[in-house]
Amino acid sequence: MSEASLAIECRNLVQVFGTTRALDGVSLSVEHGEIFGLLGPNGAGKTTTIRILTTLLPPMEGMALVEGLDVRRDAMAVRRLLGYVPQQLSADATLSGYENIWLYARLYDVPRADRRRRIEEALTMMGLTEAADRLVATYSGGMVRRLELAQALVNRPSVLILDEPTVGLDPVARAGVWERVRALQAETGMTVLLTTHYMEEADALCQRIAVMHHGQVRAVGTPDGLKAGLGPTATLEDVFRHFTGDLLEEQGSIRDVRGTRRTARRLG
Amino acid sequence: MSAAPAVPRAVLADRPPAPPLWRLLASRIVTLCLAEWLKVRHDRTELYTRAIQPVLWLLIFGETFNRLRAIPTGNHPYLDYLAPGIMAQSALFISIFFGIQIIWERDAGVLAKLMATPTPRAALVAGKAFASSIRAVSQVVIVLVLCAILRLGLNWNPLHLLAAIVIVVIGSAFFTMLSVSLAGLVLKRDRLMGIGQAITMPLFFGSNALYPVHLMPAWLQAVTVVNPLSYEVDGLRGVLLGTPANLWLDCGVLIVALGIGITTASALLPRLTR
Repeated sequence: MSEASLAIECRNLVQVFGTTRALDGVSLSVEHGEIFGLLGPNGAGKTTTIRILTTLLPPMEGMALVEGLDVRRDAMAVRRLLGYVPQQLSADATLSGYENIWLYARLYDVPRADRRRRIEEALTMMGLTEAADRLVATYSGGMVRRLELAQALVNRPSVLILDEPTVGLDPVARAGVWERVRALQAETGMTVLLTTHYMEEADALCQRIAVMHHGQVRAVGTPDGLKAGLGPTATLEDVFRHFTGDLLEEQGSIRDVRGTRRTARRLG
Repeated sequence: MSAAPAVPRAVLADRPPAPPLWRLLASRIVTLCLAEWLKVRHDRTELYTRAIQPVLWLLIFGETFNRLRAIPTGNHPYLDYLAPGIMAQSALFISIFFGIQIIWERDAGVLAKLMATPTPRAALVAGKAFASSIRAVSQVVIVLVLCAILRLGLNWNPLHLLAAIVIVVIGSAFFTMLSVSLAGLVLKRDRLMGIGQAITMPLFFGSNALYPVHLMPAWLQAVTVVNPLSYEVDGLRGVLLGTPANLWLDCGVLIVALGIGITTASALLPRLTR
């Protein structure tokens, strides 16, 4: 494996859906071992960026590299390096927690000899050992999220991609997820890229953030750096407001809202 | 900027090399079938409710027409003749609505997650095709049990039963691919539901499942020639009843259809996650 200088690199990504420019020249650099946040309102282009990085959507213009590998040309190699947790609750409710992780261990070609150990490791890391044999239908929302993290971890990814990891979670469950992501990153040194529209999440979890709006990256920096740029008492909310215009201006299609609501409802 | 991590990217070091394509394909098909098997084991209600329809076809429709002797079926009683047709039909009804599950998986983010794993599209859809056959085979087993209870004159040689199961697996894998392709085209659950309902009955009645082809008007005979379900039923009758069947042609048509189905479905599947 050649050493790439950056974990993730996007150069001038453009994506057009019909008449909407979902991405309008997005460039990003994420260093190894960073927890990097994409912050922006619904419809800012965060999820589209993630779909490109996870090889689900080939970019129309520009290029995206994960660990130096082109998402278009080396899609299969990129997928082997990734762990991905989509925005919706994607664990299979009709399988047990263990079986859910087992499925992804097999899909990521974890060698048979290591499988059981790696699954148990992932369960332990996410605090799900006790619940491993229960059907996921009986899990709480926070538990499902942690299970999804365990599914993504079983592959030992070098880049973990989380799309709105705490949407719809209550504050306790949310803090639980933050804590696990932080511990995980510290323990494995993996790179974490997450999207969020929660200010406090970006502030609490991310070492650097990129503020996105209308398919463009409006600002990049550490949470403190971005705040300091606006004044001594500025909050991240001020930063958000400054770079995305009026906070009350509504973004996003009904589909985004419906998807988020559905997730929230399933989280209960 | 972030400091060097405590464990400096050891995560990359011990990554095993990618398996060759054929192993990837086999491994994904086995994996998705095992997962489907686990799901069926955890929740069997669907198996039982799905069994109601074939039971009604055999017990009510079959028994009635058996007595009427309205349909000439050669040396075989009508019930015996009908049984392989109902096997194929109940498997068809499961497969043709599989696309709805795919759309549901898309809505739940499962599909995106599956497609982000190192699984070639063709391996993913082929895995899904055979996974759905697991449920179809369970229907065949139920119909076979019923046939045994009704003491139908099927060929109970285990090899023949196995051949019947193989034919149903290939046939329903094809209809699953048809359904997934349609899902990739229409993208919406309710539309697919409508299309599924619109095509199952023509597929069923436009085949030899209920009556011999030579009884049909010429235009309907033409339909049966291009209907893969006819070849599935013909093959099933061949192995279970010993009726004159062109097994090579039947299996050949089903395998070619499945190949086309997998190719089409892999091309259309990414439309669901865009």
